[in-house]
Amino acid sequence: MGSLIIGGNSRPVFGFPGGVHPPEHKTDSSEAPIRVAPLPPRLVLPLSQHAGAPAEPVVAVGERVLKGQLVAKAKGVVSANVHAPSSGTVTAIELRPVQHPSGLEQPCIVIDTDGRDEWIAHAGISDWQSRDPAELVALFREAGIAGMGGAGFPTAVKVAPRKPIDQLILNAVECEPYITADDRLMRERARDVVEGLKILRHILKPREVLVGIEDNKPQAIAAMRQAMDGTGMEVVVVPTKYPSGGEKQLIENLTGKEVPSGGLPADVGVVCCNTGTAHAVFRAIEHGEPVISRITTLTGDALARRGNVEALIGTPVIDLLRDAGIDERKLHRLVMGGPMMGFTLQSPAVPVVKTTNCLIAASAAELPDPAPEQPCIRCGACAEACPASLLPQQLYWFSKAGEFDKAQDQHLMDCIECGACAYVCPSSIPLVQYYRYAKGEIRKKQAEERKAERAKQRFEARKARLEAEHAEREAKRKARAEAAKKRAEAPAATAVSAPAVDEAVLARLKSASLSASSEYKAAVKALKDAEANGGADIDALTRHVEELKARADAAKAAVRAAQQGEAPAAAPAAPAIDLEKLKHEVGEASSAYKAAVRAAKEAEDAGAANAGELRAHAEQMKQRADELKAKLRDAKAEAPAAAAVAPAVADTAATAPAAAEVSAPPAAPAIGPEQMKQLKAAVATSTRQYKEAVAALETAERAGADNLDALQARVDGLKQKADDAKAALEAVVAQMKAAAGNKES
Amino acid sequence: MSLITVTSPHAHGPASTQRVMRDVVLGTLPGVAALTWFFGWGTLVNLAIAIAVALACEALVLKARGKPLAFYLGDLSALVTAVLLACALPPAAPWWLVVVATSFAIVFGKQLYGGLGMNPFNPAMLGYALALVSFPVEMTTWNLPRDVAGNVLPLAETLAHKFGSGAVLDGYTGATPLDAFRQFHDQPERLAALPFMHGAFAGAGWEWVNIAFLAGGLFLLARRVITWHIPVAFLSALALVSGMAWVVDDARFASPLFHLLSGGTMLGAFFIATDPVSAATSRTGRLVFAAGIGVLVWVIRSFGGYPDAIAFSVLLMNLAAPTIDYYTQPRTYGHARRGGGIGGQKK
Amino acid sequence: MVLIAILALVALALVFGAVLGFASVKFHVEGDPIVERIDALLPQTQCGQCGYPGCRPYAEAVANGDVHNKCVPGGAETVVKLSELLGREVLALDADEADQVPVKKVAYIREAECIGCTKCIQACPVDAILGAAQKMHTVLVDECTGCDLCVEPCPVDCIEMRPVAVTVQTWTWQKPDGIGNAPARRIPVTNEAA
Repeated sequence: MGSLIIGGNSRPVFGFPGGVHPPEHKTDSSEAPIRVAPLPPRLVLPLSQHAGAPAEPVVAVGERVLKGQLVAKAKGVVSANVHAPSSGTVTAIELRPVQHPSGLEQPCIVIDTDGRDEWIAHAGISDWQSRDPAELVALFREAGIAGMGGAGFPTAVKVAPRKPIDQLILNAVECEPYITADDRLMRERARDVVEGLKILRHILKPREVLVGIEDNKPQAIAAMRQAMDGTGMEVVVVPTKYPSGGEKQLIENLTGKEVPSGGLPADVGVVCCNTGTAHAVFRAIEHGEPVISRITTLTGDALARRGNVEALIGTPVIDLLRDAGIDERKLHRLVMGGPMMGFTLQSPAVPVVKTTNCLIAASAAELPDPAPEQPCIRCGACAEACPASLLPQQLYWFSKAGEFDKAQDQHLMDCIECGACAYVCPSSIPLVQYYRYAKGEIRKKQAEERKAERAKQRFEARKARLEAEHAEREAKRKARAEAAKKRAEAPAATAVSAPAVDEAVLARLKSASLSASSEYKAAVKALKDAEANGGADIDALTRHVEELKARADAAKAAVRAAQQGEAPAAAPAAPAIDLEKLKHEVGEASSAYKAAVRAAKEAEDAGAANAGELRAHAEQMKQRADELKAKLRDAKAEAPAAAAVAPAVADTAATAPAAAEVSAPPAAPAIGPEQMKQLKAAVATSTRQYKEAVAALETAERAGADNLDALQARVDGLKQKADDAKAALEAVVAQMKAAAGNKES
Repeated sequence: MSLITVTSPHAHGPASTQRVMRDVVLGTLPGVAALTWFFGWGTLVNLAIAIAVALACEALVLKARGKPLAFYLGDLSALVTAVLLACALPPAAPWWLVVVATSFAIVFGKQLYGGLGMNPFNPAMLGYALALVSFPVEMTTWNLPRDVAGNVLPLAETLAHKFGSGAVLDGYTGATPLDAFRQFHDQPERLAALPFMHGAFAGAGWEWVNIAFLAGGLFLLARRVITWHIPVAFLSALALVSGMAWVVDDARFASPLFHLLSGGTMLGAFFIATDPVSAATSRTGRLVFAAGIGVLVWVIRSFGGYPDAIAFSVLLMNLAAPTIDYYTQPRTYGHARRGGGIGGQKK
Repeated sequence: MVLIAILALVALALVFGAVLGFASVKFHVEGDPIVERIDALLPQTQCGQCGYPGCRPYAEAVANGDVHNKCVPGGAETVVKLSELLGREVLALDADEADQVPVKKVAYIREAECIGCTKCIQACPVDAILGAAQKMHTVLVDECTGCDLCVEPCPVDCIEMRPVAVTVQTWTWQKPDGIGNAPARRIPVTNEAA
């Protein structure tokens, strides 16, 4: 690549391959000074105006916001804040058509302006030279600065590269036809742009700062050279050729370096930044203003007043076009961006966003409808024009034939979609559309492959999990089967020991019952004494008496049950001991049975005469052991339930004397269906009473009765009772469930 | 109001297939004029027959393939094929030879491959080669140039000859300088006695025809219809190879100037080899492709059995074009240069 | 003479045989087992529409000789790829007309109607449904493969398959209509005003 020194440069430019020279149309809009666009009645702020994740709204519908107030916060690292460009009221957060060729709608914050344009408190930093770069970068993020040239990459991310930077390049090339926003900005506010560039230099500390400008903007070049005099920064004039403003092309042109495929400029020690972005940096640091406006070129044959305007972000395009005197009959194609890389809008209601550098309201004569696609004649003009040295023709054949792998081998993904190939194509082939289609399909396929891979992993993980669960269940089942078999083989203990133990239990139960009864009687006596003496602790005593009575009754019931031989050891007084005993007995019975079986077997083997007797004995023992086991099971199931329910019922009785008529009998050897029924009835009654009381209270309120307070107190009391009763019932149910669970296991 | 939705770019350059084809036809006009001046009306008659046959064949095949006629005929590619073929055929060729060559070029050389853009071979040269192989006598019978014959055959007699017997017209036809040199290069005296071998720079008449095609080619270059790569590589290679041989043995081999200004050299360099469809596409590829044609032309002219070599050389290099393209892919921005030489393809 | 010819041929045969044998050892390609390669071509929806409980089991079945046109979500494209891989005939997709062009769908639970029975959770082959007994269930859209196995078990029919909506992120330009067609499309503007 040859290099040459042009346009007052002190250094050579390196050039880049390909490129085209479309008619410039720059003077259509470049000669009028920047106007301030009128304040629109309504601003539409897309949450996604930048590359990366959409911002998250931090205001609510109906909220009044001030100019410069944060309305949506960046979400994640690669994202950008959105601020209210003027004061007004948030009237909606809804889907609206946005800056996208698909015409799809995206979430937007809609602000109805109030015309007062009232600023939120804000202040700039004058001593940024002495500030820490990280602090300034945080301010960029705060101000929502995103690249204003086209892609809208958040600047805070861009100026925090991981490598040292050799060159900071200001992309002031503005190579696309029609667009003059940067040109005008540099002509009128060169100092501001240079200040912004200085701030960026302070942050990045590059070896050199270069400003690339095309040689078709002599006034901007002069203005920038003047503003940069003595700063050590340098304007480099580049020959006019589209797409010299492409980031990669500009880097190649100014430094001779190439950004590796798939890499970033920072990988070769370069950071590029757009003129508008530098200006936004200046506003954010020196004035503390977030990005709420930008310079946008309004041009095209359908406009009477072509030129550049400073438009608020969120201004609907139609408002700007009307202000510029649009002839709607002439408007044929509405392009946001330039004629080479811009996209058509499907609705003029789309708002201006941070990346909107140009709006072309073109007539049909100016940008005629594309001609029908003709066969490719392999003329190679596209390859001559391609700035990335691709073979556009090959990419076209492969894209068209759906051979995306081959297209990728031909570096389709390195295509910057500049449109130079389609511009020169004599056969009017929409080459860029083919590439975009192919790229889309490739991305879709990649996403599908990733998803399929994930699905496969999830499927396999699930399969493994199910298999593990199955294996576990199988193991448990086997263990249970084993245990059952063992149990079946267990011999009964000596026939006489069981009834003896039974009797011992009964004796214990009886004595427990007696002592409980005597305790109860003593307590009753104490209570009576206290009542007689007017003691203060009557309530406590009453409760104590009730508890003791319940326990005594339970003990009695247990004795009764034990005597009947149905449900021994259900007494809450000593359920744990009885269970232990039973278990022990079962164990003994089992070993006795086994011993008997062994003895019988030995006798049989020895041919003893009493083998038959021994066998019968073993059978008896087995029976006994089984009975004991059954008892143990029953006892296990009922013991905890009984233990729990007794105090619960007692509590109900104690705290709900109003529901005394239904209070459950405190004795609860086992929670039978009857007790449950009673508890339920108690709950129902107290609930009913509560509801009646509430109704009465309401009636009284309506009637204006004067005993409202008393009624309210009664209602509260009843509610308390009803709740207590319910709680008691629930406790019982829970206990029963737990018992059932224990039984199963 | 309604808006158009279309992918970028929104601007389109002035180039169009029609414009390219029209410029090619315009570029041949000086050559056609020179041919007519020096060799008589035959070329114009050939042109008329070829155009009519080409358009008719193209229309027929398009109709058979169920394609819209106006859209495809409108690209003027059939016209170009017809014009180039007519320029290459001998002015004295009988009418049926023109018909056979043209219809073969259009039907077999182009449409059967899928139409414009799909043909691997240059259709005009395919038609020419078929005619040359099948009817060598008719294809090598050229009119004598005006300077030699004293005059050209009048229009009426040309027509009578073309549509009549096709008998050799004594005094008006004969061998071409290339043919003569091929036959008599070992008999310098006999060669020197042939009047048509003595033009200002090369063969009489032929030199001017070639200069006229060169002028038309420069017009194409100026109009950016073609790039310099193919003509320059073709002519340089031809000049270089023939020059070297000439330096070594100027009795056995013709001079570079003779090669450059004889036969179809300039027509081939600017109008035939530059056919984009069948040529290599990358810049380097085109240089290799055209240099290959140049060398082949000299080889066939010097050692082959046919008087001229443009058609065979072009067709042979057409065969090689895909391979050339494969090995001359440019290095894409941001990618390391491929590991050089053959097999440098990534992976 | 004949002897020389025979000897020469035998010598040639030996040399080439040796070369071939050497090459087959030296350049032996350790390919993926065929099941892996079939599995890689399947869409991994794990839908079971092929009659096997997941993509891998079907891959195994195909490797063992089952027909390769049963994968409905993969569509005709997958059949063609499998045919290429296996060197078998390209068969028509074994599916109803309506299923011929697969549209990407995901399951959607109408949460108000969900009773929390967990039946769909058990049916999901990729664990893409979240929820617990008596609690409302919901679909992890990113993980759902659109296999629709959860639709049938739902006792209250609150699951439906919804086509995946196009977003700005997933939208792409259409393939141009090809030779003879202009790529433009006209959009009548209705909502002119902001």
